[in-house]
Amino acid sequence: MNVIGILQLLVTSSLMYSAPLIFTAIAGAFSERSGVVNIGLEGIMVMGAFSSAIFNLLFFDTFGNSTPWVAMLFGGLVGLLFSLLHAVATVNLRADHVVSGTALNLLAPGLSVFLVRVIYGKAQTGPLRRSFGITSFPILKDIPVIGKIFFTSVTPLGYLGILTGVIGWFVLFKTPFGLRLRAVGEHPVAAESVGINVYMYKYAGVLISGFLGGIGGAIQAQAIVNEFGILTVSGQGFMAMAAMIFGKWNPIGVTFAAIFFGFAQSLSRVGHYIPIIQNVPTIYLQILPYVLTIIILVAFLGKSEAPKALGKPYIKSK
Amino acid sequence: MANWKKLAMFGTSALLLAACGNGGGTDEGTDNGAAPEEGGDEEQFTISMVTDTGGVDDRSFNESAWEGMQEWAEENDLSEDAVSYYQSDTESDYVPNLNNATNDGHDIIYGIGFLLEDPIQTIAEQNPDRMYGIVDSVVDLDNVVSLNFNDHENSYLAGMAAALTTETDKVGFIGGIEGPIIDRFQTGFTEGVAAVDDSIEVDIQYANSFSDTAAGQQIAAAMYSNGADVIFHASGAVGNGVFQEARNRMEDGSDIDLWVIGVDQDQEAEGEWADGNVTLASTIKKVGQAIKLSANEAKDGNFKGGENISYGFAEDGIDFTRGFIEDEAWEQIEEAREQITNGELEVKEFTYTEVEDAE
Repeated sequence: MNVIGILQLLVTSSLMYSAPLIFTAIAGAFSERSGVVNIGLEGIMVMGAFSSAIFNLLFFDTFGNSTPWVAMLFGGLVGLLFSLLHAVATVNLRADHVVSGTALNLLAPGLSVFLVRVIYGKAQTGPLRRSFGITSFPILKDIPVIGKIFFTSVTPLGYLGILTGVIGWFVLFKTPFGLRLRAVGEHPVAAESVGINVYMYKYAGVLISGFLGGIGGAIQAQAIVNEFGILTVSGQGFMAMAAMIFGKWNPIGVTFAAIFFGFAQSLSRVGHYIPIIQNVPTIYLQILPYVLTIIILVAFLGKSEAPKALGKPYIKSK
Repeated sequence: MANWKKLAMFGTSALLLAACGNGGGTDEGTDNGAAPEEGGDEEQFTISMVTDTGGVDDRSFNESAWEGMQEWAEENDLSEDAVSYYQSDTESDYVPNLNNATNDGHDIIYGIGFLLEDPIQTIAEQNPDRMYGIVDSVVDLDNVVSLNFNDHENSYLAGMAAALTTETDKVGFIGGIEGPIIDRFQTGFTEGVAAVDDSIEVDIQYANSFSDTAAGQQIAAAMYSNGADVIFHASGAVGNGVFQEARNRMEDGSDIDLWVIGVDQDQEAEGEWADGNVTLASTIKKVGQAIKLSANEAKDGNFKGGENISYGFAEDGIDFTRGFIEDEAWEQIEEAREQITNGELEVKEFTYTEVEDAE
């Protein structure tokens, strides 16, 4: 492989790996910025993956090649409904956020695999009708060098994730809605004293989180695994939470943290084909993602600080 | 603390759901433990199996074993009660499940997968008058029959198929986790490739997982980008990512045809895309067949306790599908299969030279 080939491989496989993580990590940022810990991201992803897979199988004839996209939105919607449980439990019933999130994580795999078994008579759905493929961007792909590396035979989902990160940042930091959402997560009493409906904003945070987390799961199912089973989502939700903290609860930051995870994993696998590091023993390549994460965390990023009122139940003043 | 109670409640409800799931799809559940001796009729010969954590529909050896048991009951005109399974959701379920199966009075109890080696050893020692079986491992006790498969033999054919199909003279092998079981696949595959043309390069990578699909996709992407055009995977669910990458590249208009060789069962459905299929062929491991044969032996009073039986082509314990292999190549592969079956051709089993104490 030549240099451009290696770079292209690194970029495309990093983006593919991180696409589900980006959405789910942004999901986490929205929830936690509103003060609700969302450890249930894994469960939300499972529901998104499950519902999008079923949708993909059932409605391919209706939607044809756009099926994965419609199924992705459907997965997001189911994720949103599922996160409603978390919102009710944590906001209205003031349950411990970690406990409620853990309940989602326990409930989702049991429920979805049970339903798959009822519908298909086995524990997996089998191959989907149509998956997200890879694509080359018109015009952009003709830019010399850069076009070949970044815009040829690549998953569009990675770029959609980056776009979502930018939009998420804009919403959280540049709009009145975002300011109020953050205020609720930092100091709900102060927020309420100026007339902000704390419960409503907490709900908004959790539901946006459910929608994006569901999309993350749908991408995992439709772009990477191409079916739904118990192994479809195996730990990605927790990796997304790590990316969220790594990215300091800032949608753009968490997007790059997720891409970084993908890049480190990709480097450890593509490393065998890069002339200079080819001769490094495999074991060092395998620990690379974790070592790199620690180095970057310690050396380049300062303290990662959570929203002040994160995880604290809020009792509305009468 | 109230929160703990809640956690326990949620936990139990989720477990209940999961438990319903176990028996939901098939007509045999985990708890058909009604003592078979009841009733005045002559006692029925019953067999049972304990799954590993993959569960009874893992699309691999557990599923194949269960299918084989059901076929066995049908062929012997036995009622459905003659076969049953005990599902293990975690590794801590193995011993209790084996104990339950023993107490429920089944005549022979199979532990499916090498993970059950130690539990079977323990239980079989405690019940020396009962019959047990272990799949994919060896337990050296007089009341345990060990069923193993010559995965290196059909991997050899997979290697030949890859070598005869490749146009780039580069093929790939993706393993799950390194160990003797996967080593058989790797050895057989590289031997098969070398038998056709030893100038063909074999790129060997391990995913260090049987479930990380994204890892499979990244490794496959690297292999294909590096010029390999046929990949054989022996990596469970990791293989889904390999198929995904191959399909993506074909859909995107790859210059050359890319192929994947499936493992353990016919994976043709996994390879389908809009204009074709990337599954060249699949190696098949007939755990069910081995269980059927061994159950029949036990039923007829010829239980081969203490023996380690290897199922190869000769015993119909493994198979290799034709898939999309060209006529000429298939002829050569058939010839090699013939030679392996009648013993003219012996395939190396492990990469390391020191043979493990198999006997």
